[in-house]
Amino acid sequence: MPSLGADMEEGKLIEWLVKPSDRVAKGDIVAVVETQKGAIEIEIFEAGVIGALLAEPGQTLPVGAPLARLGAADEDEGGAVPAAPKAEVPVPAPAAAPKPPVQPAAPVPAATATADGGTVLASPAARARAAERGIALEAVAGSGPSGAILLSDVERHVPAPATPVAEPAPEERPKGKPGLDMIEMRRAIAAAMSRSKREIPHYYLSHEIDLQSAQDWLSARNADRTPDRRLLMGAMLIRASVQALAKVPELNGRFEAGPYSPSASVHCGLAVALRGGGLIAPAILDAQAMDVDAIMQAMRDMIARTRIGRLRNSEITQGTITISALGETGVDALFGVIYPPQVALVGFGAPRLRPMVREGRVEPRLGVTATLAADHRVSDGRRGALFLAEIDRLLQEPEHP
Amino acid sequence: MTPSDLRAAFLDDLTAVAPDLDAASIGDNDHMQDDLGLDSMDFLNLVSALHKRFGLPIPEAHYPRLATPAKAVAYLTEMLAA
Repeated sequence: MPSLGADMEEGKLIEWLVKPSDRVAKGDIVAVVETQKGAIEIEIFEAGVIGALLAEPGQTLPVGAPLARLGAADEDEGGAVPAAPKAEVPVPAPAAAPKPPVQPAAPVPAATATADGGTVLASPAARARAAERGIALEAVAGSGPSGAILLSDVERHVPAPATPVAEPAPEERPKGKPGLDMIEMRRAIAAAMSRSKREIPHYYLSHEIDLQSAQDWLSARNADRTPDRRLLMGAMLIRASVQALAKVPELNGRFEAGPYSPSASVHCGLAVALRGGGLIAPAILDAQAMDVDAIMQAMRDMIARTRIGRLRNSEITQGTITISALGETGVDALFGVIYPPQVALVGFGAPRLRPMVREGRVEPRLGVTATLAADHRVSDGRRGALFLAEIDRLLQEPEHP
Repeated sequence: MTPSDLRAAFLDDLTAVAPDLDAASIGDNDHMQDDLGLDSMDFLNLVSALHKRFGLPIPEAHYPRLATPAKAVAYLTEMLAA
């Protein structure tokens, strides 16, 4: 059971995506684990051949407990690896895109198997909860993509009222997020933020940036694009921030044991607010190599997977910096709390029209307030200021390659 | 398509991009950002889904006309008739 955050003590195995004797490459998704951050897809840390599966779906295990045996990649398949009972765990085709997992036939209680052996689309959390409560998934109306059953659907499913408790009106129901336990998530946020304010001496800088050129470029670019290829200002802000790190690399990294050293790759966390409270900051991996279209695509994919609760462990454990953008309906500025062990957080307020002086005249221009919260143990205000100024400079030249 | 077909299709695409929303509890005048909490990415994904479903270009200048289910049904009716 991998650790998916400093305060994680245990995790619940929801589903295996491999079976014994399957060959796996490093980074393949082999299992789904439910945590306070939702259902997380677990990637294998090295190539090999899956041996025995030691944990069963539904089991809660402490961090560090073995989930399965992994043999060396070049081992003879018939040798050390025990032959697998064929029908035990159907394996869905590996897919990068979120895909409703195939229904496991065993050892989950029989209640979840379909009569015709077909599949029921359901999120891992929904399936686990249904199994827990002995609800047949076919009896639940799915409200997710393609009719997939979400955790909230299972929780809403009242099998025949055992007690005459009034069913809550739709407005009163807690808006559950698929695969998320809000109390647990609140606790995880509290732990991380308390640690941050206890251990990290924050300093803060703020800078107003003229976004009009960037907005004009963006509008022109989007005008002849279909909606699925349009860009958001958020992608431009992220791209500029990631590029600016090349000039001030010490803001990008993880301050763990020993002397701090910046990370060569930029794994850029994005704070994604969840409806009804809570947030997750999954990271776009290797963002330093991406152009604005690639960043936009990565954001789109990651936000969609955050919403359905299908992030990968590397995305939630490897971030080297976090960006929080309030978007169009927010306020002017945000002063962030660094997500440990990272050493900086970049904030963007809501872009809005404001009077700005340009070539000696006051003009209405689109502006945004960029802020930096940084760790004074590893950087100083002068360097932080250089970073915000570089973001500003890059946003004045949106055409840059 | 009748207005109620359009409304159902709109809510279908909306709940696909925001799976934690409950279609039954969404009001005709609920605002996408202010009441339903869509962020700019969710909204763009909704526009993309509507574009795919109806084949309409939906330029950025028209985004305010999709601000609530009621406005969206009126907009889609007008655009599909054109």
